[in-house]
Amino acid sequence: MPTKPAGTLYRGREGMWSWVGHRITGVVIFFFLLVHVLDTSLVRVSPEAYTAVIGAYKNPLMALGETGLVAAIVFHAFNGLRVIAIDFWKKGAKYQRQMLWTVLVLWLVVFGAFAIRHLSLALGGH
Amino acid sequence: MSTDIQTPRSGRNSSGKIAPQYRRGTGSKGNFEMFAWLFMRLSGVVLVVLIFGHLFVNLMVGEGIHGIDFGFVAGKWADPFWQFWDLAMLWLAMLHGTNGVRTIINDYAEKDATRFWLKVVLYAATVVIVVLGTLVIFTFNPCPVANGVQLPGGFCPAP
Repeated sequence: MPTKPAGTLYRGREGMWSWVGHRITGVVIFFFLLVHVLDTSLVRVSPEAYTAVIGAYKNPLMALGETGLVAAIVFHAFNGLRVIAIDFWKKGAKYQRQMLWTVLVLWLVVFGAFAIRHLSLALGGH
Repeated sequence: MSTDIQTPRSGRNSSGKIAPQYRRGTGSKGNFEMFAWLFMRLSGVVLVVLIFGHLFVNLMVGEGIHGIDFGFVAGKWADPFWQFWDLAMLWLAMLHGTNGVRTIINDYAEKDATRFWLKVVLYAATVVIVVLGTLVIFTFNPCPVANGVQLPGGFCPAP
């Protein structure tokens, strides 16, 4: 078992974990995208086929899945903008950690608002 | 705090070039990787706008997810604005996602043959999804007919 290198600037810190999060959310979004194009394509089969399959998205368990998906999308979006800032802004690398906390605060606000609205629509009174 | 980060020396000869045994491929790829890197950033910015707009209009407005059915799609695609929006989202998201997964395959699949075949599967899936999605957007018919009979649930002009 190799020992942890001393004084690493990167391993195990915000930079690494945001990178891990970006990869995982990216893969999740990609696989959903494949499925989502296929389910939307059912509009070319028949109105009833489309409406039936979309009906599956309206059950409470799927509502939780959609909320998780949007959590992934919002993180990937804001962290992606942070990556762009790191690459193109002169002080980007210096402030990458502060930008990550900004990403997480924005994520909480935007995702929180989405989750409240979507879950109250999907789980409430229909 | 300022720290100098040394260029890694392992696998490099005295003039700083990567030693041949550590090189992958022939190195004659041109600028492809730079364009891929740039594309991820440009498409990423556009996708934030397209996908946030998509989620807001489809899930946050009106009765949200309960409003989505065949008629909802027909209503949106009656407008070239939303056709173009969805087309741009399809192409950019698929290329952005494909390039991301390509990067991950390159990172984690160590055998040449494994990398090759995983990418063949990836690119095949990408072509199928992009072509299918594009055809669906442009050949969508709000009043589908099968064997001369209008399918139930469609939006047909009054006879």
